[in-house]
Amino acid sequence: MIVIIDYQAGNLTSVVRSLKALGVEGTVTQNPAVVAQATRVIFPGVGAAGKAMATLRELGLDQALRRSLERGIPILGICLGAQIILEHSEENDTAGLGLLPGRTLALPRAEGLKIPHMGWNRVRFLRDHRVFKGLPEGAEYYFVHSYYPAPAEATMVLGVTDHGIEFPSAIGWRNLVATQFHPEKSGRFGLQILENFLAWDGSDAE
Amino acid sequence: MLSKRIIPCLDVRDGRTTKGIKFRNNVDIGDPVAMARLYYEAGADELVFYDITASSDRRNIMIDVVRRVAAEILIPFSVGGGIRNLNDMRDVLLAGAEKVSVNSAAILDPALITAGAQAFGSQCIVLGMDVKRVAPSLTTPSGYEMVIHGGRTPMGIDALWWAQEAVRLGAGEICLNSIDADGTQAGYELTLTRMISEAVPIPVIASGGAGAPEHLHQVLTQGRADAALIASMVHYGAYTIKGIKDYLAQRRIPVRLVW
Repeated sequence: MIVIIDYQAGNLTSVVRSLKALGVEGTVTQNPAVVAQATRVIFPGVGAAGKAMATLRELGLDQALRRSLERGIPILGICLGAQIILEHSEENDTAGLGLLPGRTLALPRAEGLKIPHMGWNRVRFLRDHRVFKGLPEGAEYYFVHSYYPAPAEATMVLGVTDHGIEFPSAIGWRNLVATQFHPEKSGRFGLQILENFLAWDGSDAE
Repeated sequence: MLSKRIIPCLDVRDGRTTKGIKFRNNVDIGDPVAMARLYYEAGADELVFYDITASSDRRNIMIDVVRRVAAEILIPFSVGGGIRNLNDMRDVLLAGAEKVSVNSAAILDPALITAGAQAFGSQCIVLGMDVKRVAPSLTTPSGYEMVIHGGRTPMGIDALWWAQEAVRLGAGEICLNSIDADGTQAGYELTLTRMISEAVPIPVIASGGAGAPEHLHQVLTQGRADAALIASMVHYGAYTIKGIKDYLAQRRIPVRLVW
Protein backbone atom coordinates (compact mmCIF):
# COMPACT_ATOMS: atom_id res chain seq x y z
CA MET A 1 0.00 0.00 0.00
CA ILE A 2 1.34 3.39 -1.09
CA VAL A 3 0.40 5.97 1.50
CA ILE A 4 0.24 9.72 0.89
CA ILE A 5 0.39 11.57 4.19
CA ASP A 6 -2.26 14.27 4.58
CA TYR A 7 -1.49 16.78 7.31
CA GLN A 8 -3.63 19.61 5.92
CA ALA A 9 -0.64 21.21 4.21
CA GLY A 10 -1.81 21.89 0.71
CA ASN A 11 -3.48 20.16 -2.12
CA LEU A 12 -2.73 16.47 -2.65
CA THR A 13 -4.79 16.20 -5.83
CA SER A 14 -1.81 16.38 -8.19
CA VAL A 15 0.17 13.73 -6.28
CA VAL A 16 -2.80 11.34 -6.43
CA ARG A 17 -3.31 12.05 -10.13
CA SER A 18 0.36 11.50 -10.97
CA LEU A 19 0.26 8.08 -9.31
CA LYS A 20 -2.92 7.34 -11.24
CA ALA A 21 -1.08 8.24 -14.46
CA LEU A 22 1.37 5.47 -13.49
CA GLY A 23 -1.50 3.07 -12.93
CA VAL A 24 -1.16 3.16 -9.14
CA GLU A 25 -3.78 3.96 -6.54
CA GLY A 26 -2.40 5.96 -3.61
CA THR A 27 -4.05 5.94 -0.18
CA VAL A 28 -4.40 9.43 1.28
CA THR A 29 -4.48 9.30 5.06
CA GLN A 30 -4.15 11.27 8.30
CA ASN A 31 -4.16 8.08 10.35
CA PRO A 32 -0.87 6.81 11.90
CA ALA A 33 -2.30 3.26 11.99
CA VAL A 34 -2.67 3.37 8.19
CA VAL A 35 0.89 4.71 7.81
CA ALA A 36 2.07 1.71 9.89
CA GLN A 37 0.67 -0.60 7.17
CA ALA A 38 2.36 1.26 4.31
CA THR A 39 4.91 -0.34 2.04
CA ARG A 40 5.85 3.07 0.66
CA VAL A 41 5.23 6.60 1.94
CA ILE A 42 4.91 9.89 0.09
CA PHE A 43 5.20 12.95 2.32
CA PRO A 44 4.21 16.05 0.31
CA GLY A 45 3.15 19.48 1.53
CA VAL A 46 3.18 23.19 0.97
CA GLY A 47 2.67 25.97 3.49
CA ALA A 48 4.30 27.14 6.68
CA ALA A 49 6.59 24.90 8.76
CA GLY A 50 5.17 25.94 12.14
CA LYS A 51 1.58 24.99 11.45
CA ALA A 52 2.65 21.84 9.61
CA MET A 53 4.70 20.55 12.55
CA ALA A 54 1.89 21.30 15.01
CA THR A 55 -0.58 19.35 12.88
CA LEU A 56 1.81 16.41 12.42
CA ARG A 57 2.27 16.13 16.19
CA GLU A 58 -1.42 16.52 16.92
CA LEU A 59 -2.23 13.67 14.53
CA GLY A 60 0.64 11.47 15.75
CA LEU A 61 2.11 11.45 12.27
CA ASP A 62 5.55 12.59 13.48
CA GLN A 63 6.02 9.24 15.23
CA ALA A 64 4.48 7.37 12.29
CA LEU A 65 7.05 8.90 9.93
CA ARG A 66 9.91 8.08 12.29
CA ARG A 67 8.76 4.46 12.47
CA SER A 68 8.47 4.32 8.68
CA LEU A 69 12.10 5.43 8.42
CA GLU A 70 13.13 2.78 10.97
CA ARG A 71 11.14 0.07 9.15
CA GLY A 72 13.25 0.78 6.06
CA ILE A 73 10.35 1.35 3.64
CA PRO A 74 10.97 3.86 0.81
CA ILE A 75 9.90 7.41 1.75
CA LEU A 76 9.61 10.36 -0.62
CA GLY A 77 9.41 13.89 0.79
CA ILE A 78 8.23 16.70 -1.49
CA CYS A 79 8.66 20.48 -0.99
CA LEU A 80 7.68 21.22 2.63
CA GLY A 81 8.07 17.47 3.14
CA ALA A 82 11.74 17.85 2.16
CA GLN A 83 12.21 20.64 4.71
CA ILE A 84 10.54 19.54 7.92
CA ILE A 85 12.30 16.16 7.89
CA LEU A 86 15.36 18.11 9.12
CA GLU A 87 16.00 19.12 12.75
CA HIS A 88 15.03 22.76 12.52
CA SER A 89 13.45 25.29 10.18
CA GLU A 90 14.16 29.01 10.06
CA GLU A 91 10.56 29.42 8.96
CA ASN A 92 8.64 30.19 12.18
CA ASP A 93 11.82 29.08 14.08
CA THR A 94 10.32 25.59 14.30
CA ALA A 95 11.76 22.27 15.46
CA GLY A 96 11.48 19.74 12.64
CA LEU A 97 11.02 15.97 12.62
CA GLY A 98 14.77 15.38 12.83
CA LEU A 99 14.73 12.39 10.48
CA LEU A 100 17.89 13.83 8.95
CA PRO A 101 20.47 16.08 10.63
CA GLY A 102 20.42 19.64 9.34
CA ARG A 103 18.40 22.81 9.06
CA THR A 104 15.93 24.47 6.70
CA LEU A 105 17.12 27.94 5.73
CA ALA A 106 15.58 30.96 4.00
CA LEU A 107 16.66 31.62 0.41
CA PRO A 108 18.81 34.76 0.63
CA ARG A 109 17.22 37.88 -0.85
CA ALA A 110 19.12 39.83 -3.46
CA GLU A 111 18.46 42.67 -5.88
CA GLY A 112 16.44 41.46 -8.85
CA LEU A 113 15.89 37.98 -7.38
CA LYS A 114 12.28 36.95 -6.89
CA ILE A 115 11.25 35.09 -3.75
CA PRO A 116 9.38 32.71 -3.76
CA HIS A 117 11.54 30.82 -6.23
CA MET A 118 8.63 29.93 -8.53
CA GLY A 119 8.89 28.14 -11.85
CA TRP A 120 11.14 25.72 -13.73
CA ASN A 121 14.78 25.18 -12.91
CA ARG A 122 17.48 22.56 -13.40
CA VAL A 123 18.92 20.14 -10.90
CA ARG A 124 22.61 19.22 -11.02
CA PHE A 125 22.78 15.72 -9.59
CA LEU A 126 25.91 15.10 -7.52
CA ARG A 127 25.45 11.41 -6.80
CA ASP A 128 23.87 8.47 -8.58
CA HIS A 129 20.62 7.42 -7.01
CA ARG A 130 18.01 5.03 -8.34
CA VAL A 131 15.19 7.54 -7.85
CA PHE A 132 16.92 9.97 -10.23
CA LYS A 133 17.84 7.57 -13.01
CA GLY A 134 16.98 8.13 -16.68
CA LEU A 135 16.63 11.91 -16.54
CA PRO A 136 18.06 13.77 -19.53
CA GLU A 137 20.58 16.59 -19.42
CA GLY A 138 18.74 19.92 -19.44
CA ALA A 139 15.56 18.57 -17.83
CA GLU A 140 13.85 21.10 -15.57
CA TYR A 141 11.57 20.70 -12.58
CA TYR A 142 8.83 22.87 -11.08
CA PHE A 143 9.68 24.74 -7.88
CA VAL A 144 7.69 26.97 -5.57
CA HIS A 145 9.34 27.77 -2.23
CA SER A 146 11.09 30.41 -0.12
CA TYR A 147 13.11 28.04 2.11
CA TYR A 148 15.45 25.16 1.29
CA PRO A 149 16.77 22.07 3.09
CA ALA A 150 20.42 22.10 4.20
CA PRO A 151 21.38 18.64 5.51
CA ALA A 152 24.35 18.55 7.91
CA GLU A 153 26.19 15.88 5.91
CA ALA A 154 27.42 16.69 2.40
CA THR A 155 26.77 13.09 1.32
CA MET A 156 23.05 13.63 1.93
CA VAL A 157 22.90 16.24 -0.85
CA LEU A 158 21.98 14.36 -4.03
CA GLY A 159 21.38 17.38 -6.28
CA VAL A 160 21.64 21.17 -6.29
CA THR A 161 19.84 24.06 -8.00
CA ASP A 162 20.83 27.66 -8.64
CA HIS A 163 18.66 30.59 -7.55
CA GLY A 164 20.94 33.33 -6.31
CA ILE A 165 22.80 30.63 -4.41
CA GLU A 166 23.29 26.96 -5.17
CA PHE A 167 20.99 25.13 -2.75
CA PRO A 168 20.24 21.41 -2.14
CA SER A 169 17.16 20.51 -4.20
CA ALA A 170 17.37 16.72 -3.89
CA ILE A 171 18.48 15.12 -0.64
CA GLY A 172 18.47 11.61 0.78
CA TRP A 173 19.80 9.12 3.24
CA ARG A 174 19.16 5.37 3.41
CA ASN A 175 15.45 4.74 2.62
CA LEU A 176 14.53 8.42 2.57
CA VAL A 177 14.72 10.66 -0.49
CA ALA A 178 13.26 14.16 -0.82
CA THR A 179 12.94 16.84 -3.47
CA GLN A 180 12.45 20.56 -2.98
CA PHE A 181 10.75 20.62 -6.40
CA HIS A 182 7.42 19.04 -7.27
CA PRO A 183 7.86 15.87 -9.36
CA GLU A 184 4.06 15.65 -9.60
CA LYS A 185 3.97 18.96 -11.49
CA SER A 186 7.15 18.53 -13.50
CA GLY A 187 5.87 16.92 -16.68
CA ARG A 188 7.15 13.57 -17.85
CA PHE A 189 10.55 13.85 -16.13
CA GLY A 190 8.78 14.37 -12.81
CA LEU A 191 6.66 11.34 -13.60
CA GLN A 192 9.88 9.42 -14.28
CA ILE A 193 11.08 10.27 -10.78
CA LEU A 194 7.81 9.02 -9.28
CA GLU A 195 8.02 5.84 -11.35
CA ASN A 196 11.62 5.33 -10.18
CA PHE A 197 10.51 5.85 -6.59
CA LEU A 198 7.79 3.20 -6.95
CA ALA A 199 10.43 0.73 -8.20
CA TRP A 200 13.05 1.64 -5.58
CA ASP A 201 13.78 -0.87 -2.80
CA GLY A 202 14.92 1.83 -0.36
CA SER A 203 18.60 1.07 -0.48
CA ASP A 204 20.96 4.04 -0.25
CA ALA A 205 22.63 5.90 -3.10
CA GLU A 206 25.09 3.88 -5.15
CA MET B 1 19.01 29.48 -13.20
CA LEU B 2 15.26 29.95 -13.04
CA SER B 3 13.68 29.77 -16.49
CA LYS B 4 11.35 32.45 -17.78
CA ARG B 5 7.91 30.88 -18.19
CA ILE B 6 5.84 30.95 -21.39
CA ILE B 7 2.16 30.61 -20.50
CA PRO B 8 -0.67 30.17 -23.02
CA CYS B 9 -3.97 31.64 -21.87
CA LEU B 10 -7.33 30.07 -22.74
CA ASP B 11 -10.63 31.92 -22.40
CA VAL B 12 -13.41 29.49 -21.58
CA ARG B 13 -17.13 30.22 -21.88
CA ASP B 14 -19.70 27.59 -20.90
CA GLY B 15 -17.02 24.90 -21.08
CA ARG B 16 -15.71 25.84 -24.55
CA THR B 17 -12.69 27.92 -25.50
CA THR B 18 -13.67 31.09 -27.28
CA LYS B 19 -10.63 31.05 -29.56
CA GLY B 20 -9.78 27.70 -31.05
CA ILE B 21 -6.49 26.32 -32.25
CA LYS B 22 -6.34 26.32 -36.02
CA PHE B 23 -3.04 24.61 -36.66
CA ARG B 24 -4.08 21.06 -36.04
CA ASN B 25 -7.04 19.55 -37.76
CA ASN B 26 -7.35 16.52 -35.55
CA VAL B 27 -8.16 18.51 -32.43
CA ASP B 28 -11.59 19.73 -31.44
CA ILE B 29 -10.62 23.38 -31.60
CA GLY B 30 -13.12 24.50 -29.02
CA ASP B 31 -12.34 21.91 -26.37
CA PRO B 32 -10.20 23.39 -23.57
CA VAL B 33 -9.13 19.93 -22.41
CA ALA B 34 -7.79 18.99 -25.84
CA MET B 35 -6.06 22.37 -26.14
CA ALA B 36 -4.49 21.98 -22.70
CA ARG B 37 -3.11 18.60 -23.72
CA LEU B 38 -1.75 20.04 -26.95
CA TYR B 39 0.00 22.97 -25.26
CA TYR B 40 1.35 20.68 -22.52
CA GLU B 41 2.96 18.48 -25.17
CA ALA B 42 4.15 21.53 -27.12
CA GLY B 43 6.24 22.80 -24.17
CA ALA B 44 4.02 25.26 -22.31
CA ASP B 45 5.48 25.90 -18.85
CA GLU B 46 2.12 26.55 -17.26
CA LEU B 47 -1.45 27.28 -18.43
CA VAL B 48 -3.98 29.92 -17.49
CA PHE B 49 -7.72 29.46 -17.88
CA TYR B 50 -10.13 32.37 -17.65
CA ASP B 51 -13.73 31.43 -17.11
CA ILE B 52 -15.80 34.09 -18.86
CA THR B 53 -19.06 32.23 -18.36
CA ALA B 54 -21.70 34.88 -17.83
CA SER B 55 -24.09 33.13 -15.45
CA SER B 56 -22.96 31.80 -12.09
CA ASP B 57 -25.34 28.83 -12.23
CA ARG B 58 -23.13 27.34 -14.93
CA ARG B 59 -19.99 27.45 -12.78
CA ASN B 60 -20.01 23.68 -12.31
CA ILE B 61 -19.26 23.30 -16.02
CA MET B 62 -15.91 25.05 -15.42
CA ILE B 63 -15.15 22.83 -12.43
CA ASP B 64 -15.68 19.83 -14.67
CA VAL B 65 -13.27 21.33 -17.24
CA VAL B 66 -10.67 21.88 -14.49
CA ARG B 67 -11.03 18.29 -13.33
CA ARG B 68 -10.57 16.92 -16.86
CA VAL B 69 -7.60 19.22 -17.59
CA ALA B 70 -5.91 18.10 -14.37
CA ALA B 71 -6.19 14.48 -15.49
CA GLU B 72 -4.46 15.31 -18.79
CA ILE B 73 -1.48 17.51 -17.92
CA LEU B 74 1.39 17.32 -15.43
CA ILE B 75 2.28 21.00 -15.24
CA PRO B 76 0.76 23.73 -13.06
CA PHE B 77 -2.26 25.68 -14.23
CA SER B 78 -4.30 28.49 -12.78
CA VAL B 79 -7.96 29.34 -13.08
CA GLY B 80 -9.41 32.82 -12.94
CA GLY B 81 -12.69 34.54 -13.67
CA GLY B 82 -15.66 34.53 -11.34
CA ILE B 83 -13.67 33.61 -8.22
CA ARG B 84 -15.64 35.50 -5.56
CA ASN B 85 -15.03 33.73 -2.25
CA LEU B 86 -13.17 30.95 -0.44
CA ASN B 87 -15.65 28.34 -1.64
CA ASP B 88 -14.97 29.25 -5.28
CA MET B 89 -11.23 28.96 -4.60
CA ARG B 90 -11.60 25.62 -2.84
CA ASP B 91 -13.73 24.16 -5.68
CA VAL B 92 -11.13 25.08 -8.30
CA LEU B 93 -8.11 23.91 -6.25
CA LEU B 94 -9.68 20.61 -5.24
CA ALA B 95 -10.60 19.99 -8.87
CA GLY B 96 -6.87 20.02 -9.58
CA ALA B 97 -5.78 23.60 -10.38
CA GLU B 98 -2.49 24.69 -8.83
CA LYS B 99 -3.46 28.34 -8.45
CA VAL B 100 -6.50 30.61 -8.46
CA SER B 101 -6.50 34.09 -9.87
CA VAL B 102 -8.56 36.82 -8.23
CA ASN B 103 -9.16 40.15 -9.90
CA SER B 104 -12.34 42.23 -9.42
CA ALA B 105 -13.36 40.39 -6.26
CA ALA B 106 -10.01 41.22 -4.62
CA ILE B 107 -10.37 44.92 -5.40
CA LEU B 108 -13.90 44.98 -4.01
CA ASP B 109 -12.90 42.88 -0.97
CA PRO B 110 -9.11 42.88 -0.38
CA ALA B 111 -9.52 40.59 2.65
CA LEU B 112 -10.22 37.81 0.16
CA ILE B 113 -6.48 37.72 -0.70
CA THR B 114 -5.50 37.20 2.93
CA ALA B 115 -8.22 34.65 3.55
CA GLY B 116 -7.16 32.70 0.46
CA ALA B 117 -3.48 32.83 1.37
CA GLN B 118 -4.19 31.64 4.92
CA ALA B 119 -6.45 28.82 3.78
CA PHE B 120 -4.45 27.53 0.81
CA GLY B 121 -1.01 29.21 0.92
CA SER B 122 0.25 32.34 -0.82
CA GLN B 123 1.67 30.28 -3.69
CA CYS B 124 -1.93 29.46 -4.71
CA ILE B 125 -3.14 33.05 -4.84
CA VAL B 126 -2.50 34.99 -8.04
CA LEU B 127 -3.58 38.61 -8.15
CA GLY B 128 -4.99 39.42 -11.58
CA MET B 129 -4.58 43.12 -12.39
CA ASP B 130 -6.34 44.91 -15.26
CA VAL B 131 -4.55 48.22 -15.64
CA LYS B 132 -5.17 51.31 -17.78
CA ARG B 133 -2.79 54.19 -18.48
CA VAL B 134 -4.08 57.53 -17.17
CA ALA B 135 -2.75 61.01 -16.48
CA PRO B 136 -0.97 60.95 -13.10
CA SER B 137 -3.20 62.39 -10.39
CA LEU B 138 -3.57 62.41 -6.62
CA THR B 139 -5.41 59.09 -6.67
CA THR B 140 -3.25 57.54 -9.40
CA PRO B 141 0.28 58.99 -8.95
CA SER B 142 1.95 56.18 -10.92
CA GLY B 143 -0.09 57.07 -14.02
CA TYR B 144 -1.72 53.65 -14.05
CA GLU B 145 -5.20 52.92 -12.74
CA MET B 146 -6.96 49.71 -11.75
CA VAL B 147 -10.02 48.90 -13.86
CA ILE B 148 -12.56 46.09 -13.67
CA HIS B 149 -15.29 44.64 -15.90
CA GLY B 150 -12.86 44.15 -18.77
CA GLY B 151 -11.69 47.75 -18.58
CA ARG B 152 -15.10 49.42 -18.53
CA THR B 153 -15.08 50.45 -14.88
CA PRO B 154 -12.21 52.61 -13.57
CA MET B 155 -11.73 52.16 -9.83
CA GLY B 156 -9.74 55.27 -8.88
CA ILE B 157 -7.05 53.00 -7.41
CA ASP B 158 -3.38 53.35 -8.27
CA ALA B 159 -1.96 50.20 -9.89
CA LEU B 160 1.46 50.46 -8.24
CA TRP B 161 -0.07 50.96 -4.80
CA TRP B 162 -2.46 48.05 -5.32
CA ALA B 163 0.32 45.66 -6.40
CA GLN B 164 2.30 46.39 -3.24
CA GLU B 165 -0.79 46.25 -1.06
CA ALA B 166 -1.70 42.83 -2.53
CA VAL B 167 1.77 41.50 -1.65
CA ARG B 168 1.26 42.73 1.90
CA LEU B 169 -2.12 40.98 1.98
CA GLY B 170 -0.56 37.67 0.89
CA ALA B 171 -0.68 37.37 -2.91
CA GLY B 172 1.99 34.97 -4.21
CA GLU B 173 2.19 36.12 -7.80
CA ILE B 174 0.82 38.89 -10.03
CA CYS B 175 -0.67 38.48 -13.49
CA LEU B 176 -0.43 41.99 -14.90
CA ASN B 177 -2.69 42.78 -17.86
CA SER B 178 -2.50 46.05 -19.75
CA ILE B 179 -5.93 47.01 -21.07
CA ASP B 180 -4.24 49.42 -23.50
CA ALA B 181 -2.03 46.73 -25.03
CA ASP B 182 -4.52 43.86 -24.81
CA GLY B 183 -5.59 42.58 -28.21
CA THR B 184 -3.28 44.92 -30.16
CA GLN B 185 -0.56 42.29 -30.81
CA ALA B 186 1.77 45.32 -30.87
CA GLY B 187 3.83 44.36 -27.81
CA TYR B 188 3.48 44.33 -24.03
CA GLU B 189 3.27 47.50 -21.95
CA LEU B 190 6.95 47.61 -20.97
CA THR B 191 6.91 50.68 -18.71
CA LEU B 192 4.06 49.34 -16.61
CA THR B 193 5.53 45.84 -16.40
CA ARG B 194 8.94 47.07 -15.32
CA MET B 195 7.46 49.44 -12.76
CA ILE B 196 5.39 46.72 -11.08
CA SER B 197 8.01 43.98 -11.37
CA GLU B 198 10.69 46.12 -9.74
CA ALA B 199 8.32 47.19 -6.96
CA VAL B 200 7.28 43.73 -5.73
CA PRO B 201 9.31 40.75 -4.45
CA ILE B 202 6.93 38.16 -5.98
CA PRO B 203 6.92 36.94 -9.61
CA VAL B 204 5.10 38.99 -12.25
CA ILE B 205 3.46 37.49 -15.35
CA ALA B 206 3.14 40.04 -18.17
CA SER B 207 -0.10 39.95 -20.14
CA GLY B 208 -1.61 41.80 -23.08
CA GLY B 209 -0.11 42.73 -26.43
CA ALA B 210 1.96 39.69 -27.43
CA GLY B 211 2.13 39.40 -31.21
CA ALA B 212 5.68 38.26 -31.99
CA PRO B 213 8.60 36.55 -30.21
CA GLU B 214 10.46 39.87 -29.98
CA HIS B 215 7.65 41.17 -27.77
CA LEU B 216 8.36 38.39 -25.27
CA HIS B 217 12.06 39.17 -25.44
CA GLN B 218 11.34 42.82 -24.66
CA VAL B 219 9.05 42.16 -21.71
CA LEU B 220 11.37 39.54 -20.18
CA THR B 221 14.39 41.87 -20.41
CA GLN B 222 13.34 45.55 -20.44
CA GLY B 223 10.06 44.75 -18.70
CA ARG B 224 11.75 42.59 -16.02
CA ALA B 225 8.85 40.11 -16.17
CA ASP B 226 9.27 36.57 -14.81
CA ALA B 227 6.80 35.05 -17.23
CA ALA B 228 4.87 36.00 -20.35
CA LEU B 229 1.25 35.23 -21.17
CA ILE B 230 0.46 34.50 -24.81
CA ALA B 231 -2.83 33.85 -26.61
CA SER B 232 -3.57 34.71 -30.26
CA MET B 233 0.00 34.32 -31.46
CA VAL B 234 -0.10 30.61 -30.70
CA HIS B 235 -3.87 29.95 -30.89
CA TYR B 236 -3.96 30.84 -34.59
CA GLY B 237 -0.80 28.99 -35.48
CA ALA B 238 1.39 31.97 -36.39
CA TYR B 239 3.98 30.76 -33.86
CA THR B 240 4.74 27.64 -31.85
CA ILE B 241 5.91 27.57 -28.24
CA LYS B 242 9.05 25.78 -29.42
CA GLY B 243 9.72 28.50 -31.98
CA ILE B 244 9.26 31.24 -29.38
CA LYS B 245 11.53 29.46 -26.90
CA ASP B 246 14.24 28.87 -29.50
CA TYR B 247 14.12 32.58 -30.39
CA LEU B 248 14.51 33.53 -26.71
CA ALA B 249 17.25 30.95 -26.04
CA GLN B 250 19.28 32.30 -28.96
CA ARG B 251 19.12 35.67 -27.21
CA ARG B 252 20.30 34.17 -23.90
CA ILE B 253 16.97 34.23 -22.12
CA PRO B 254 16.81 31.14 -19.86
CA VAL B 255 13.86 29.02 -21.00
CA ARG B 256 12.91 25.38 -20.56
CA LEU B 257 13.96 23.63 -23.78
CA VAL B 258 13.63 19.95 -22.84
CA TRP B 259 10.19 18.53 -22.02
